[in-house]
Amino acid sequence: MTLTLLLWISVLVAAALAFIGDWRYAPEVNIAGSALTFAVSLALALQVYQTGAFLAAGDFFFVDPFNVYLVVLTTFVSTTTAVFSRRYMRVERDHGRIGPIRMRFYHAMFQLFIFAMLMALLTNNLGVLWISMELATLATVLLVSLYRTPTAIEAAWKYFILCGVGIAQALFGTVLLYFAAERVLGEGGNALLWTNLNQVSGQLEPTVLRLAFVFLMVGYGTKVGLVPMHNWLPDAHSEGPTPISAVLSGLLLNVALYALVRCKALVDGSTGTHMAGNMMIGFGLLSLLVASFSMLRQKDIKRLFAYSSIEHMGIATFAFGLGGPIATFGGMLHMLVHSLTKSAVFFSVGHASQMHGTQEMARIRGLIRGNPAVGWGLLLGVMALAGMPPFGLFASEFLILTATMKQMPLLTPLLLIGLAVAFAGLFRRVQPMAAGHIPPWQKPLAAANLPVALHMVLVLLLGIYLPGFLATWFQVAVGLLK
Amino acid sequence: MSHSLVVQLNLLLAALILLSSFALLMQRRMFAILHIFAWQGFFLGVSTAIIGYASGVHHLYLSALLTLAMKVLLLPYILYKLILKLKIRREIENMVNVPATMMIGIALVIFSYHLTEPIRQLSVLMTRATLAVALATVMLGMLMMVTRSHAVSQIIGFLAMENGLFFAATSATYGMPMVVELGVALDLLIVAFIFGIFFFHINTTFDSLDVDQMAKLKETD
Amino acid sequence: MSLHPLFIELLQVALLIALAPAFAGWVKIVKCRLQGRTSPGILQPYRDIRRLFIKDVVLAQNASWIFRFTPYLIFGVTVLAGGIIPLISTDLPLADTADIIALVMLFVIIRFFTALAGMDIGTAFGGMGSSREMMVSALAEPAMLMAVFTVSLASSSTSLTRMVVVMSQGEFVIRPSLAFALMAFILVALAETGRIPVDNPDTHLELTMIHEAMILEYSGQHLALMEWAGMMKLTLFFALGIAAFVPWGIAAGGQPLALLMGAVLLILKLLLGGVIMVLIETGLAKMRIFRVPEYLGSAFLLATLGMIAFFILE
Repeated sequence: MTLTLLLWISVLVAAALAFIGDWRYAPEVNIAGSALTFAVSLALALQVYQTGAFLAAGDFFFVDPFNVYLVVLTTFVSTTTAVFSRRYMRVERDHGRIGPIRMRFYHAMFQLFIFAMLMALLTNNLGVLWISMELATLATVLLVSLYRTPTAIEAAWKYFILCGVGIAQALFGTVLLYFAAERVLGEGGNALLWTNLNQVSGQLEPTVLRLAFVFLMVGYGTKVGLVPMHNWLPDAHSEGPTPISAVLSGLLLNVALYALVRCKALVDGSTGTHMAGNMMIGFGLLSLLVASFSMLRQKDIKRLFAYSSIEHMGIATFAFGLGGPIATFGGMLHMLVHSLTKSAVFFSVGHASQMHGTQEMARIRGLIRGNPAVGWGLLLGVMALAGMPPFGLFASEFLILTATMKQMPLLTPLLLIGLAVAFAGLFRRVQPMAAGHIPPWQKPLAAANLPVALHMVLVLLLGIYLPGFLATWFQVAVGLLK
Repeated sequence: MSHSLVVQLNLLLAALILLSSFALLMQRRMFAILHIFAWQGFFLGVSTAIIGYASGVHHLYLSALLTLAMKVLLLPYILYKLILKLKIRREIENMVNVPATMMIGIALVIFSYHLTEPIRQLSVLMTRATLAVALATVMLGMLMMVTRSHAVSQIIGFLAMENGLFFAATSATYGMPMVVELGVALDLLIVAFIFGIFFFHINTTFDSLDVDQMAKLKETD
Repeated sequence: MSLHPLFIELLQVALLIALAPAFAGWVKIVKCRLQGRTSPGILQPYRDIRRLFIKDVVLAQNASWIFRFTPYLIFGVTVLAGGIIPLISTDLPLADTADIIALVMLFVIIRFFTALAGMDIGTAFGGMGSSREMMVSALAEPAMLMAVFTVSLASSSTSLTRMVVVMSQGEFVIRPSLAFALMAFILVALAETGRIPVDNPDTHLELTMIHEAMILEYSGQHLALMEWAGMMKLTLFFALGIAAFVPWGIAAGGQPLALLMGAVLLILKLLLGGVIMVLIETGLAKMRIFRVPEYLGSAFLLATLGMIAFFILE
């Protein structure tokens, strides 16, 4: 019941905003809707905490510790993004970059996007998972091209085409999975339910699942932004409005990785080998290295952080591929803190680029002097991203490194190189931006400070002290993924 | 090899679908591409109906109807209207080396045949032979997207890829569960809606639908 | 009472030599009717050949033995090819000596010597015709062989008589591979016999010629033989297509009645085939020469698809 309520809220708010989206209070309605969704998701999480994993709506939905924490994360970040979006889009309106009809579209699609992600996280049916992923992509495609500039349209087109091709591969993988499942579970919708498949994974034909996983890896991997299927990501994340960049980087990548991990669990159960894990390790490491080195060449601030997203998603994929309790725990923690940090960074970046009227890093200077909240937010966010203690990312990366040294020691130097290069790349650019004198073209701004502050405090807390319930939570989730 | 007549018809339709994929790769004119795409959808729908008849899986009739409605009537109609409105009916694009593309296409067909070998050995369905054709159609659709420089052709390549996926579902498993099929159809409708909007944006901003013009976002050193 | 196989063979060859001009005449009639012109009679090609035989041969001073020898060679090889393809009966003694690949090679010999003869005198048009012909053949040969190979897959043998027997007496099976091979064969046949859309047999503009340019220098009985051989080649290509794809009705042994049936059916199929070819010719325009590689490439593609379809689907 809680679950259906959760999903219905976002759908209804989306529909409402589609009709009244340019009302004065539309951003407030957006925030209210997201906040309500967040509250309901907390209730859902509580239910899982008390009674354990459960199925709902006749096996259609499946809620276990792994996906419910992602649900809570998604609704939380969407709420804070909605808060940020209120101030940010108002400034964009004032600068004339966007009109009333598009604002309406923007708000409605925002809620629809949240709905699609929640559906993807909560559904038990792998086919519906695919449909929701596709829906989430489609909801954001037109948002990326919202500003209608040539570069925005180019980015949206690339996003549309490349993710479309990628997700088609994932569909083929799902078809193959269904083929293997049908032989064991019989025809009909039951054969696509993850819980059923997980139970009989030992009986599923290994050759078919191997082939299926290759397609699923390429398909969902494109959505995660793994190299070499990542070409759309820097463009799409840098050309859309900043709130969209924040949710794309912070949330959609997580959901795609979630889908990949669910499939990996099935394949591992069937083949009994480490093939799936090894593939994920390979792609993850490649993404980390390529993204880190690419970050050194960036001139646009949002592209820089988009590559940072690729890098961190690579680390998370690597962790899940490595397997074992420590690495999986690290991976889940990484997904959590990266979402919070990346969205906070994008909030600061958004305001920074608004203050200077450009996204070029060479033109952004003196942030701390000009607007301390934005400047410090950016600097602290980047410190967190680079993996400095005492922030949360340090904890997760430390866990992953430990697991690597235990299980695959030869890969540790590669991981360290990637992390180091990313560190250098980030600081090289951000330090001049944060420090220095105020350039003449900088404009003052009423920034949305609460979201950034909230996120950074959470990340700091998670780095220093992992609450007991969260630790047990993760451990249960890890156990389920074995 | 004593196949029943129905199975033979299905194989013939699969061959025609493969042929239409190649024809799409080679065609230069917009309307010709559109017609071939409609034919491909037609073959696909008839094939689905035949499989439904032969296997007794009755929801395939519904799938076939849906396919025919969307891929033979609705999508081509939308594209037709778009082509007329955007005034691009006479545009003939320059294509990369046609004979080389065809050779690559043949290589892809052989590759997909090889790739689906394990499934073919395991499957007990009468349609197992056509899975290779389905995967080949997917790959040829992707090849079309890669070798084309016009937005409409790229989209048709994408839709041809979706055709291949649908065909794969019917070949491997007598169709996905109805829920999934309806969801995929819905997604396809939304895709059609979105690319319609996209064409207008691209045309307005760039004054042509040549995708090669959209190459400004690069890594700058 | 069954006729001796050798007699059947001779009968078939005689039929070919005698009927080829009539077939060419039929094609001309249909074409003229379709284009709204008055057609010459069906016996006109015979009159043309007789006229040419009566005339003197005019040879250039630098013509070598190849130039003089080629018409006879071409005629002889075409007749030999006619002895291999089952026209009215499958009981042919020569069939064991040559299979379909050898048949294709016989056509290559014809083309090779024609091209040599075209270049022999040293005129510009002859050389141009020969070079174009070689380009077309370089692309058409693989396609032809691929199409032929696909057909032979269905009957697991490259012997033409074996193919015909399997096709005409086996059960009715829809084979996509044969459908593809047929399409490829039609495309290649149009190229090999020099019809539109590859080459215009009626053209008098030398710059648009391929085949005509090569035999431009011939006169008298040489030209008569070349023309006759050309008509026989056209008939043979049709007969090959009929034998490979629609051979029903062909006689299995040597009974006179069956042979008569076979002959009648063959003539009917040829008439129908002629009409179809003229429809294609009238409907299309001749392609520019640089498009011919694409055209033949697609023929090759179709034939390869047919072969792949055989392995994948059958």
